[in-house]
Amino acid sequence: MTAHAPEMALIGWAVWFALGCFGTALLLCLYRVVFSPALTDRILALDTMTINVIAALVIVGIADGTPVYFEAAMLFAMVGFIATVGFAKFLLRGDIIE
Amino acid sequence: MTALAQVLVAALLVIGGGFALVGAWGLVRLPDAMTRLHGPTKAATLGVGAVLIASMLYFWGVKGVPSWHELLIALFLFVTAPITGFFLSKANLHRSWDRTEIPPPPGPGNDWATFGDEADVAGTERPDPR
Repeated sequence: MTAHAPEMALIGWAVWFALGCFGTALLLCLYRVVFSPALTDRILALDTMTINVIAALVIVGIADGTPVYFEAAMLFAMVGFIATVGFAKFLLRGDIIE
Repeated sequence: MTALAQVLVAALLVIGGGFALVGAWGLVRLPDAMTRLHGPTKAATLGVGAVLIASMLYFWGVKGVPSWHELLIALFLFVTAPITGFFLSKANLHRSWDRTEIPPPPGPGNDWATFGDEADVAGTERPDPR
C-alpha cells in the first residue's frame, strides 16, 4: 500500500485498525467453517466471510486511493449471494435447479 | 472541510471494524443455530455499511471525486442479506429441529407456512430408485 502524506495519518491508522478487525473476523469465521456444529452454520460462516472480504477490498481501495477494487467487491457480493442461496437450496431440496 | 471529512472517514472505519468483530464473535460464541443467525447480520449491515459510507466520504470529501460505486454494493448487500437469512433459517427449521420442538404458531389450527398443507413441497419427495 502506498504511504499517505503526513496530514493523512489519521486515515492511515484507521485503515490499519479496520483491516485488522476484518482480518480477525475472517479468522473467527474460518474457525466456524472448520469446527461447526451444524451444516447451516458452515454456510452462514462462508457468507459472512464473503461479506468481510468485500469490506476488506473496499478498505484497501481507500488505502490505495484508487477505485479499481470496486469491481472485485461487486463480484464478491454477487457470487457470495448466489453461492449461499445455492448451498441452502441444496440442503433443503437435495437439488439446486429442478 | 477536508479535515472534517478525514475525521469522519476514520471514525466510520473504526466503527465498521468494531461491528465486524462483534458479528464474527457472535457467530462463534452464541449457543444455537437460530441465535447464531443474528451475529453476522450486524456485520453485513452496520459493519460493511459503515465502511462503504467511509469510502464514499473519502473519495468525495478528501480526493474531491464523487464516487457512487459503493452505493451499488451497499444496495445489493442490503437487498440480498434478508434472502440469505430466510433461506438459512428455513434450512435450519427443516434439518436440525425436531418438529415437536418448534414453537407453535399463533391461533388455533394454524401451522407455519413452510410446514402447512399449502407449503410448496414439490421435489422434496424422493423418486423410487428402482
